[in-house]
Amino acid sequence: MSAHDVFIARHSFIELTARERARALLDPGTFRELLGPFDRLESPWLAMQNVVCQSDDGVVIARGALGGEPAVIAAIEPAFQGGSIGEVSGTKIAAALELAAREFDAGRTIRPVILFETGGVRLQEANLGLAVIAEIHAAIVALRRHVPVVGVIGGMVGCFGGMSLAAALCTELVMTRQARLGMNGPEVIEEEAGIGELDSGDRRLIWSMIGGEERVAVGLADTLVEDDTGEVRDAVLAAFGRGVPASHRSEQVERQLERLARVNPDAIDPESLRALWQGDAR
Amino acid sequence: MENIRYEYPAARPVARRAHVGVVGSGDLEVLLSPSGTQHAEVVIRTSVDGYGHVWKSVLDRFFSRYDGAAKIELNDFGATPGVVMLRLAEAVEASEPGNAQGDRR
Amino acid sequence: MSGLHSRGKTWFDALTSRAGGEQGGPVRAADAPLGGERARFIAVVPDPLNRFVRARDNVVGLEQGWHLARAVREALEADRDATHKRPLIAIVDVKSQAYGRREELLGIHLACAGAVDAYASARLAGHPVIALIVGPAMSGAYLAHGYQANRIIALDAPGTTVHAMGKEAAARVTRRSVEGLEALGDTVLPMSYKMSAYAKLGLLHELIDGVDADAPAAADIERVRASLIAAVADARSGPRDLSNRLASADAKRTRAASIEARRRLAEQWDQDPDQDRDAT
Repeated sequence: MSAHDVFIARHSFIELTARERARALLDPGTFRELLGPFDRLESPWLAMQNVVCQSDDGVVIARGALGGEPAVIAAIEPAFQGGSIGEVSGTKIAAALELAAREFDAGRTIRPVILFETGGVRLQEANLGLAVIAEIHAAIVALRRHVPVVGVIGGMVGCFGGMSLAAALCTELVMTRQARLGMNGPEVIEEEAGIGELDSGDRRLIWSMIGGEERVAVGLADTLVEDDTGEVRDAVLAAFGRGVPASHRSEQVERQLERLARVNPDAIDPESLRALWQGDAR
Repeated sequence: MENIRYEYPAARPVARRAHVGVVGSGDLEVLLSPSGTQHAEVVIRTSVDGYGHVWKSVLDRFFSRYDGAAKIELNDFGATPGVVMLRLAEAVEASEPGNAQGDRR
Repeated sequence: MSGLHSRGKTWFDALTSRAGGEQGGPVRAADAPLGGERARFIAVVPDPLNRFVRARDNVVGLEQGWHLARAVREALEADRDATHKRPLIAIVDVKSQAYGRREELLGIHLACAGAVDAYASARLAGHPVIALIVGPAMSGAYLAHGYQANRIIALDAPGTTVHAMGKEAAARVTRRSVEGLEALGDTVLPMSYKMSAYAKLGLLHELIDGVDADAPAAADIERVRASLIAAVADARSGPRDLSNRLASADAKRTRAASIEARRRLAEQWDQDPDQDRDAT
């Protein structure tokens, strides 16, 4: 195929809404949304701050099948409040993961997937956003004993804030090149530490540090994909195929401390980090 | 933020409910469902105040061609009249019998 | 912050009777008596010599995250075959996560997740995990150190606060003055910086007032110790998950939406797919 043919054949994952992404990843015809727009579970906190609610509060929960196996997908909608997590949207994710864990208690199986597209806590709901993110963390740790919890970071918002910790707790992470994964957004770093610390306008630098290609290269994410729904789906299925590992990245304390010890903070950059960290067996 | 409500006469029952859109900057979401009455009802929550007259003219134009007895809820984040008409048309299409599933951004 | 005075260190020393006896580094951990058993006390303290320049205050950075995880996992491993699991007491005095480009490049999000993982795993293994908030408990730092606890206790004192973002930054982002932001917190409960407001969210097991958080007297320390002992017993009497956070009268009032969302999701979880008649 020519480059043109390849380009035309691609189905962009990033351009889809959260609902469309969930539908595209599930086996055709199996998508069933829970707590959808007509359930009208909205934020109780936005109207009093003159912010218009979205009827699903920015998160889509869908059950269906993935590779013929039961699955549940939690997809965050980036267009609504930057995908930020509020009381209801975060609770939907935590509760879906908790119910997934109960499937295993009942002797059944389910494949959980989280589509991260979020700046973290929704500031208008501050302490409740933070609290429900802690509940999401708890649910991931409990669930991934039974089955891989697979995270996908697709698009232009990326995954930041307290939800970057959730991503790091996942069994495996699939990232596109366009995606970024970091704890504090570049603007926040610049604001807190000054432009000398980080120029948030330097897009090339930002992506070289925390973009999908670098994260996979240094072992902070697992699979790099092009912006194509087929590739994302294949990567997610492959992650489930590998099963629950002996230990998760976030459990490997001594290994991570050893990797950090190799770094000279005064002389480290994205390229030299690849030399230090690339090729570590998991 | 403003809440606005309109009512229009309508007779044709709506086949099924439909949802399109997102409450993103310059966009809106539309929830369309059967009203269960002989009227169509439109409930708007919008982040932009003072455009009641614009909403009225957009909806007058829309209902000049649409006669479904629908409850239409709009959650708007500053969409232009063109985007509003587009989303309404998408919602109507999705609510007609036999149309394919799926929402669109 | 200069030197090693910090509330985290003050309370760590007080509760472990360590007064002056020295560990180094940004994470202090020690086993000490609590009630009739030994508990592991863990605190994050300023580390002026930290290799990472942006992580020298009472913040959770790269090393803090992994050292917290190590301190917890040592206890987890030591008690692995024991029927009685020692309590873990997270003494929380953390003003934020570390903000720096090296932190981002080197994966501070994973370092913090390492701490989350350790605390959550310990809780699931049956260790009572108690968070004792003695100063700021902010954002990602609190997620890493404290928020996986079975029970959360806080001192109601100046300088003790829980939030997702510092006041100055939050005021900038919401385009208000700091005073305006504080006033907003009086009408929008989850936006408040006050501990009394945080308590109304139903997440706190106990709010202790009348204690000097900076220089606690012996009576203050005993009072807090008694609260910790009671919290440990309460944690042992309940499930190992975080469901107790939605059980209080406060939670039922202020987190009705959380409870409703959970209830309805469970209802729809097994719904017959043939009932689906939507065009979405």
